[in-house]
Formats: sequence, C-alpha cells, structure tokens
Amino acid sequence: MTSPNHKRAIEQLEREAADAKPLYDKPLTQWRLTLRRFRQRRSGMIGLGIISFLILVAIFAPILAPYEPNEILIGKEDVGRYDPPCIHLLGCPEETPQHILGLDGNVRDELSRIIFGSRVSLTLGFFTVTLALVVGATIGAIAGFTGGWLDNILMRAMDVILGFPSFLLAIAIVASIGRGLQNALIAIAIVTMPGYARVMRAQVLAIKESDFVAASRALGARPSQILIRRVVPNAMTPLVVLATLGVATAILEAAGLSFLGLGAQPPLAEWGSMLASERNQVFTAPHLVFFPGLAIMITVLGFNLMGDGLRDALDPTLNR
Amino acid sequence: MLSYITRRILLAIPVLVGIVVVVFFLIRAIPGDPCSSLLGERATEEACERFNEANGLNEPIFVQLGIYMRNIATFDLGESVRFSRPVNQLLLERLPLTTELALSALVLAVIVGVPLGVIAARRHNTFADTATVALANVGVSMPVFWLGLMLQYLFALVLRDTPLALQPTGRLSAGIRSTAYYDLWGWELTEGSLWAKFNEYIANHYIFNNLITGQWEVFWDAVSHMILPTIALSTIPLAIIARITRSSLLEVLSRDYIRTARAKGVRERTVVREHALRNALLPVVTIVGLQLGGLLGGAVLTETVFNLAGVGRALFDAITGRDYAIVQGFTVVIAAVYVLVNLLVDLSYAYLDPRIRIE
Repeated sequence: MTSPNHKRAIEQLEREAADAKPLYDKPLTQWRLTLRRFRQRRSGMIGLGIISFLILVAIFAPILAPYEPNEILIGKEDVGRYDPPCIHLLGCPEETPQHILGLDGNVRDELSRIIFGSRVSLTLGFFTVTLALVVGATIGAIAGFTGGWLDNILMRAMDVILGFPSFLLAIAIVASIGRGLQNALIAIAIVTMPGYARVMRAQVLAIKESDFVAASRALGARPSQILIRRVVPNAMTPLVVLATLGVATAILEAAGLSFLGLGAQPPLAEWGSMLASERNQVFTAPHLVFFPGLAIMITVLGFNLMGDGLRDALDPTLNR
Repeated sequence: MLSYITRRILLAIPVLVGIVVVVFFLIRAIPGDPCSSLLGERATEEACERFNEANGLNEPIFVQLGIYMRNIATFDLGESVRFSRPVNQLLLERLPLTTELALSALVLAVIVGVPLGVIAARRHNTFADTATVALANVGVSMPVFWLGLMLQYLFALVLRDTPLALQPTGRLSAGIRSTAYYDLWGWELTEGSLWAKFNEYIANHYIFNNLITGQWEVFWDAVSHMILPTIALSTIPLAIIARITRSSLLEVLSRDYIRTARAKGVRERTVVREHALRNALLPVVTIVGLQLGGLLGGAVLTETVFNLAGVGRALFDAITGRDYAIVQGFTVVIAAVYVLVNLLVDLSYAYLDPRIRIE
C-alpha cells in the first residue's frame, strides 16, 4: 500500500540520505542544518528572492530609475499632472514620453520615485529593528540573568508598553517627540522592543540552567562574561526570526505613520507619504495610490515569508 | 478558578496605572509649554499665569500626576480646547462608531478566517491549502489604508452603476438621520444625567439603534457605509486567524487521540468537529484577543481613509491640532479597553483550558 504521501516520504528520505553523504568530511553544524532546511522551504526561498531583488533595486536605484526622484518634468517634456502610465510596448503613442507608472501631482516620474523609495523603506526597516533588537535584547538578557527586583521592574515596564495598542502608542510617541522619519523610527522601535525583551529573557532563563554555564561558573568566569560569551550567543536563534518578521512590521507601521503625515515628509520619495499626498486622487489617478501600496505590500510580504521560512528551519518540531 | 481570576485582575492594575503615568509624561514631554500651544503664541503673560493656575500647572509635577490620577478615577477627562466640550461627551459620540467598526471587522475575520483555516488543514498540501496560505501571506502584508482606498476605487467608482456599488465615505448618507430609540419610544430622560448619557452612548451605535427600532432605511444606509471599512480593517486579522487555525488544527490532527477516534470508526467529519476543532481553537481565542490592539490601531487609518468620525480619527485630529485633553483622555481610554479585553481573553482561555488555572 503506497499512497502518494508515503511515496513522497520515501523520496524525501532518499534525498536526505543522498544529501547526508558529504557530511563525513564536513561536520553537520547547527548552521549548516538550518541552511539546508531553509532551502527546502519554498516560501522562505521566495521571501529571500524578493528581499534580494529589493536590495539590488535599492543599491542600483540611480542606474535603474529613468529620472531623478524629485525631478519636476514640467517644461522639460510634453507631459501633465496625474498623467496615467504610458508604455510604448502596450500601444502608447511613440511621440509621448514613456512613463511606465505614470506621473504624480507634481509632474514627477512615479516609477523613479518608487525605485528610490525602496532605499528609504529598507534602511528604515533595518535600523528600526536593529535599535529595537539591541535595546530590547539587552533589557531581556539583564532581566533574565539577574532576576529579582530588577527583573520585575524591567518586565513590568515592558508590560506597560504592551498594554497599548502598538500603532496608537507609536502615534502618541511621535506626537510628543515631533514628526519626521527619524522620530517615527524611534517610536516604532520603542513599541516593538518588548517582544525582543520577552523572548530574550525566556531564552536566558532556560540557558542559565544548562551545564555549560555551570561549567563556566565553576571555572571562575565572571557573571558578565558568562552572560555575554556563553548565554547571549546561544539565545540569539529565535531573535533572528523575530527580527526578520520585525522588519515587515516596522515597514508597515512606518508607512502607516507616513500616511498620517507623522513620518516621512514630502518631497522625500517614501511609499507611505507618496500614497498619502495623492490619496484624494484615487478616483482620478488611481495609479498614484495603487503602485506605492503595491510596493509596500511586496516588501512586507518578502520579509514575512523569509521570517516564516527561518522559523520553520530553526524549529524542527514544526516540520510540515 | 476564583483565585486565578483575582490574580489576573490584580496583575492588570499596575499595568493600567503604568499606562496612565506613561500617557501623562508623554503629553508633558511635548515641546513647548501648554499655555502657548493652547492659548496661542501671542497669549499674554497674565493670561498664561491665569491659565496655569486654573489648570493646576503651577503645582509640582508629582502633585499634578496625583490630581490627574484622581480625575481619571472619577471619569473626568478634562475639556477639549478646540471643541470647548468635555472629552467625555466627545468620547460617547465617537466611541460607538469605532466599537461597531472593530467588532464587525473582528466578526468578519472569525467567520471567514476559521473556516478557511479548517479547509486548508483538512486538504493539507492540496491546491486549496496552498491558495489559502498564499492569500493569508498577502493579507498580513497589506497596508490597511491602501486596501481601503483600493476598495473605494473598485466599489464606488468601477462598480458605480451596478447593484454592488457602495457608499465610499461617511457614516450616513446626506439627508438621513438616525433617531435614537429613547426619543422614538418617548422615554423621559433627565438632561445631563448619567442614565441619559449612557442611553445616548448606546443610541450612537447606529446599526444597533436602527436594528432594535426597525428603521430599516437608516439601518441599511448605516450598514452600507460600514461594509468597505469593515472589509479593509478585517483583512489582517482574517489572514492571521486563518493561518493560526490551519497550523493549530494540523498539529491536533496528528495527535494520538485523533488516530484512536479514527480507528474506532468515527466519521471524519465528527473527528474534525468534535475531537480536533475544539482543541485546535484554543490558540485562535488568544489570537482573536491580541488582534484587538491591531484593530484599534488600524481603526485610526481606516477611519481616516473612509472619513469616519470615530475615536481613532478624533485622536489623530487632536494630535495634529494639539488638543492635548483629547489625546490624553482618548489614549488612556483606548489603552484601558485594550487591557480589559486582554484580561477577558485570558480568563476565557483559563475557562476553556483547565491547565492554565493551575500553573
């Protein structure tokens, strides 16, 4: 009785056995194992593909973009405000200049702005998560490692942050420290920090009790040394997953803040604020709302898929 | 169970106090002194002095915090400068819309998300499964405000001349008014009393109010204005609920007791419904509660896009208009609602899963 599932399982085992051969010369480290499992995840690989593509677009933006992001084309070309996309291949008359995604309300090339916008979103996502990760993980590590009243105070503070709906707290923080992209970054880092702190603390609590930590202690290592050299490196794995998913959240929330006018300010080519400044044109020039939003969605999707793939790869119990 | 309830309630108190303190200091951290931002840049020193005196701003900061806490405990949220009306009054006008929006979005997310997750799990690794997972991934990645605008474009413009056309913005169409049930039924309410305010608050839930009074035209108008915002707001929770249901059900279906049930010859449908789903829905309950925070945050964006006068929109307007009493009051109330809902979710979880109580 060989069902399709059964057959697939056998094939999988055979493949794994074949893969396992070179292991005789190379040790099967955790890292290598994870990498192999990650490659088997289709969604994770799609996510990785999307992110790689976006990073390339961001790096080569000046080459890829046909115009400068803030270049106003009025007087330079025969075009007008809110002109819809014109693609020569799809039958747009040759004499009109080609603008694949159309023109915005200030007669700027939408495609160029979206290409340059990838730089803003990716850097923002990266720095927000780095900030939240470093501060949050430090708080969590200290809380978990020392325990007692310090643990209590730090974690209750994190609970208070979690007590707010996160986007509303981010709005309130930006309101109080002033609008702008940098402050939006700080606000989002603050509201996402407790997640990292909690996971780090839980990890540290578990690792603290393990034998190799006891061994270090017996060898006379100082507590700070044990924490930094032994505990933290072993606690990082779930944080990597959280950080990848965190980039997605950060980009989405930053776009939301920019949409409300609290984040990036015009004329900066940021997707959320581009969408916000043309939102009243949704019925007359829908391309100016559609494409920036699509760009946000694809970017966020990439990080979400990659994060899910990483999580599955790092946690073999979730194998399915 | 009782000791668990008590402990959870006691644990929520420091969080609530913390929230009030955080909001208090956040507002105080806003650059510029309150006088010039509230009375205007050209307010005289004398006027400022009077203003500070009247608002207790000359007291030491911790005394101010004490006064503020006392006011909150007695539900006195101060007065809005822009509207010259008590924040309480604005809250009871604005909150019902947000409640209706968030609740209908949550209901839509559950009644669509859970069945989707179940279908995906039962047809694991088929096209239906892959499609659900792909849709869920796209759903969680979509910006609410973008989806809202695209829905407006699709349903209000492209489908304009079809029966599917929907009202793009606002709460009721021009010329349509919602008559409160107490007016319709001729209740005698004392102006300004707590009971009158409570009834006004309830009647401001237009869908509910016109449903119980049978004003179908108004009811349908309110509903048709609410459909697009609800769809927009429910996408993210819907996607998350579908995903959690799927993975949770998959895990439960691989357990030994499910195999036992199948071995006994129980019908597959009964196995899924009676044995698996009940246990699989536990994590879904938690997620539903957690989504509420996201819904309240998303409501700000949704209300902005659809031009609805709810708390989220009012809060945003207050921030841009520097109306601090509203910012302060609304933030505290929304956060308190959020904490209480999470408390309820925890309690229902403990009720559903006895293991939680003993821990």
